[in-house]
Order: sequence, then C-alpha cells, then structure tokens
Amino acid sequence: MFIDQLFNGLSLGSILLLIAIGLAITFGLMGVINMAHGELMMVGAYTTYVIQQWFANDMPHSAGLYFVVAIPLSFLIAALLGWGLEKSLIRHLYRRPLDSLLATWGISLILQQTARLIFGAPNVAVVPPSWLDGGIRLFGAVFPYKRLFILCLVLAIIFFLYLYLMKTRAGRRIQAVTMNRSMAACLGIATQKVDAYSFAIGSGLAGVAGCALTLLGPIGPTIGTYYIVDAFMVVILGGVGKLAGTLLGAFGIGLISTFVEYSTSATMAKVIVFVLIIAFLQWKPSGLLNVRTRSLD
Amino acid sequence: MVNKRWGYWLFFAALFLAPFYLTEFRLSLLGKFLCLAIVAVGISLIWGYTGILSLGHGVYFGLGAYCMAMYLKLEASRGHLPDFMEWSGVRELPWFWKPFAYPMAAIAAAIALPTLLAALLSYFTFKNRIKGVYFSLLSQAVVVVLVTLFIGKQEWTGGTNGLTNFSTVFGFSLSSPLTQIVLYWLTTVCLALIFVAARRLTSGRLGKVLIAIRDAENRVRFLGFNPTVYKVFVYSLSAAFAGVAGALFVLQVGLISPEMMGIIPSIEMVLWVAVGGRHSLMGAIVGAIVMNTAKSFLSENYPDLWLLLLGALFVVVVLFVPKGLAGIYESLVAVRIKAKRGHEREARVDVS
Repeated sequence: MFIDQLFNGLSLGSILLLIAIGLAITFGLMGVINMAHGELMMVGAYTTYVIQQWFANDMPHSAGLYFVVAIPLSFLIAALLGWGLEKSLIRHLYRRPLDSLLATWGISLILQQTARLIFGAPNVAVVPPSWLDGGIRLFGAVFPYKRLFILCLVLAIIFFLYLYLMKTRAGRRIQAVTMNRSMAACLGIATQKVDAYSFAIGSGLAGVAGCALTLLGPIGPTIGTYYIVDAFMVVILGGVGKLAGTLLGAFGIGLISTFVEYSTSATMAKVIVFVLIIAFLQWKPSGLLNVRTRSLD
Repeated sequence: MVNKRWGYWLFFAALFLAPFYLTEFRLSLLGKFLCLAIVAVGISLIWGYTGILSLGHGVYFGLGAYCMAMYLKLEASRGHLPDFMEWSGVRELPWFWKPFAYPMAAIAAAIALPTLLAALLSYFTFKNRIKGVYFSLLSQAVVVVLVTLFIGKQEWTGGTNGLTNFSTVFGFSLSSPLTQIVLYWLTTVCLALIFVAARRLTSGRLGKVLIAIRDAENRVRFLGFNPTVYKVFVYSLSAAFAGVAGALFVLQVGLISPEMMGIIPSIEMVLWVAVGGRHSLMGAIVGAIVMNTAKSFLSENYPDLWLLLLGALFVVVVLFVPKGLAGIYESLVAVRIKAKRGHEREARVDVS
C-alpha cells in the first residue's frame, strides 16, 4: 500500500515537474508571467494528436511509433510559437511583469479559441502506443508503463537541461543573463537573443509536457487552464530562479497530495495542499531554493 | 475640477433616472453591470492606486453573492430544507446555514466574510513582503481552492449548479418589476456611495501613501510608514466592495454558481479596469459597463469572435493603451487645453 502511494506521488510529481519545468525557465529565469504556458502545452498535445492521426491513416503498420516522432515535433512547434511570441509581444514587457500576465492571458484566450475553431470544442482522444500498455508488477504493486515512461521522460529532460545550462556556452549565457542582465550585456552577451532562445526553450518544454499529457487522458482546448495554476504553484514553492527548487517543489507537492488524498478526498487534498503551500511561504517567502540576491526589489 | 464634478453628478443622475427611459430588459442588464462596476472601483483602488494586482476578486464577489443567496434560498424553501440538500441526502440544515435565515445576518456576512478572508490572506502575504506577481498568483490559487471547495461540497453549496430558484426577498416577489426597479436604485446608490468614498480616500493623505507604496514601497518603509497596514486595509476594503457587489448581483440575477467566481471571471474583472483606465475610478466604472455591454452583445451574436476579440483586447490594451479609456480622455482634454493656451498666446502676441 505504502509503495503504491509512493509511486503515485512520484508519478504525480513527475507530471507536475513536466508542466512546471518550462515555466521555471520563462518565469523563474526570465521573470515573465506566461499565462499562455498552458496553451503551449495544448499546442504540444494537439500536435501529438495530429501526428497520431497521420500515422494511423497513412502508416498503420508502424502506427505505434508515432510517439517517437511526436515528442521532438511537439517541442519544435511549441518552441517556434514561443519564439514568435517573444519576438512580437513578450520582449516589450520584460520590465512590466504584471502587464505580461495580462497580455499573455489574452494570447491564451486567442490560442484556445483558435484550437476550438480548428479541432472543435469537444475533447479528442489520443490512442497511446500499444507498447506503453500494461505495467510491471513489483513488491505487490503495479507500475503502469505510461507513468514510468513519463517519469523517465522528465528525468531525461532534467538531465539534458542541466547539461545545456551548465556545460554549453549558450546555456551559460542564459545563466549569466538570469543573474545580472545589465552586467551580462556589458560583457558582450546579446541579451535579446538569449531572451528569445530561453523563451523558445521554455515553450518547447511546455509542448513536450502537452505531448506526454496525451498519455493520461483526452485533450481539449481548455487543457491548459487545468494545469496552469498548479504549475505556477510548483515554481513559486520551489523558489524562483533555481531549477533544483522546481524539482523539489514538484515532487514535494506530488507526494503530499497523494498521501493527503489517501486519507481525505481529492477535493480536500487540493485545498489542504494549497493551504500548506501558502503556510510554507510564511516561513520561507522566497520558496525552497532561490537565487541569493542583495538587491532590494 | 468643477467641470469634472458636474460630469460625475450628471453621470449618476442619468443612471438613477434610467428606469424612466430604459426597457425592463435593458434595465436589468444595466443593474447587473452596475454591480460589476462596484467591483471595478475596488480593483482600481488596489491595482491602479496601490499596485496590487489581485486575481482573486471573483472569490470575494462570489462569497458576498453566496451569503445573500443562502438567505434567498432559505426564504424560498419556506422552512423546509433547500431542495439540493434533500437530493444530496442531507437531513438537517447545517449549523452555518442557520444564521442566514435572518436577512440582516446574511447582509452582514456578505460584507464581513470577504473582508475577513481578504484581510487574512493579505496580512499573511504582505507581512512577509510577498508582493507583485507572487501575490497575484497566490490570490489566483485562492480562487482555485474556493471553487474546488464549492463544487466538491455539493450537499452544502449546490455544487456546480450553485444556488438558484429564489422567489422573494424580504417578502417582496423578486420577479415583480417594481422590486427590480427598487433593487436597481439600491445598486446605483451603492455604486455612487462607494465611488464617493473611494474618491475621498484616494484624494487624501491615505491615497498619497497608497500611490507612494505603488511607486516605491521600500522608500515608504524607510520613511517610517508600515506599508503592510495600508495594503491590508485597502485590499480588505476592496474585497468588501466586491462582497457588496456580489450580494446586489445575486438579488438581480437570481443565481450564483462557482463558474461566476472562477479564474476566468476574476481575470476579466481586471480587464474591465484595464480598459477603463486603472488609475481612474470613473474609468473603472465606465470600463466595466462598456466591456459588459460589448460582451452581452457580441457573445450572443458572435460567440467565436468574442473570445478572439477579448484576447486581442488584453494584448492591445497592455501594449498600446496602458492608461485605458480614461487615459485617452485625459490626453484629449490635455490637447484641447494646450490648443486653447496656444490661441491665447497668439492673441497676446497680436495685441503687443
């Protein structure tokens, strides 16, 4: 029983991490409140849906492989959209976070309505590839392959993101801009370029999250709104500016939610977890981990 | 300044006389919008003047509305259990429903509950200097919590359907035109009073402190003020306004459901103020009326178009007209004054 709960918690945590990791980049590193993040996930989810339909119609023999194609494509399409958004809108709003919240909310409404016009208002179902059916039986508990797959996907993303941010020049430039924008600019880093790339990466990760969410249930135009508040809670709890904090926050919320849910109900669990988050912020207003700074505002 | 005050008098007089020149249907719509305008005044106070963006005002509006609706529901059930409770298998009226049999208790609660919740939330966040975006997102989390709770506790709140099927208020039939006109007048008077109170507040010393907090909170702190006290006060006040608005709203619309206090309505409330002009109380009122008129017209005739338009409006207002309609009006006035001065100067040159 305990192992079941533990696995459910880890699984929920991995989903939360998946939806929050892109946000941790755009919000945590760049300070932009992207309310359209959920809709970028929706774009990834619909991309997966389209690719699945395409494989099922044109290549029924290798239909199970669609997921392998869908992951990078969802990343790419969402990243392109994010890049376009940054170039046209977000870059005007870097010093006005509250305004970026409103403007991106507008974008999210437009994207939702566009999806509704293209794919229709009802939810559509993506058939998960058959090789993800079933699960492993270990210690008397069943671990579904789908959830294990999501867990591994998240770990892989974290690993590559870590490599990218720590070991490549482009990643280090992102870090430099995060820590001190004006100093980085003085040292010759093209901050506007870095902004556009970081935003594209954050958006692309949202696309991958959307792709993975198709494994868990049907997708619809409003799928983003379900997750956006949770995603922001994860980033705030984790502490802005540190990806490790997001990791801790996501798994922490995941584990606590499942254990609370076990002893009460899903509704009460959500309420209790949010109250706990607000209570925790009383103790540590800047979250679990955060970039140390001496600036006042 | 004198002209401006005349403008306000005219505006409220026109609103007050509306029952004489509007049809019953239009009047009920306008009454609804005026309730929402009360919320907008509160948001302008906290956002435009104090710089706190609350995405949680749907909650305070909803709490006020539910308090009033509980009284109406009990009056409509005539001593029996409300119908939805019977369907959910509840045998006895829950203890917290009992005070709502008394109208005065319901009205008091409609104002006190939102104020208390807002005071609690804002005290704990502002005390720890959580501000800006973090506060906005936390207030949004509160919306999620409350909506989840109201939907989940169906046996106490009516679930997703909310509370509806009211018949009378204080013994008067809610459907009679006369009751509706009286309620409309009540709303107008409340809006006018709240507007005057908010104007008084912002034009005095307190208003200056609020603006100072918006512009440079730490400097205010170093000058010896405690910004937390001011912020908690103004946030709770604006929640109280939203509670009043909710109570009036439910009387005129006859229904409240969690859907009307969720994330989307809460953000829309902010947009009314943004469109009207966040730094202007009158702008907020006009914004709420204009936006809701546009919504009720467009969303009926072109529902697809409306959402796209709403989205585009968020972007356009933020990027191009951050001061909203009030800002456009003010710059027009400024141009006119400049032109006038220009003429005067030319005239003077001619004389010499």
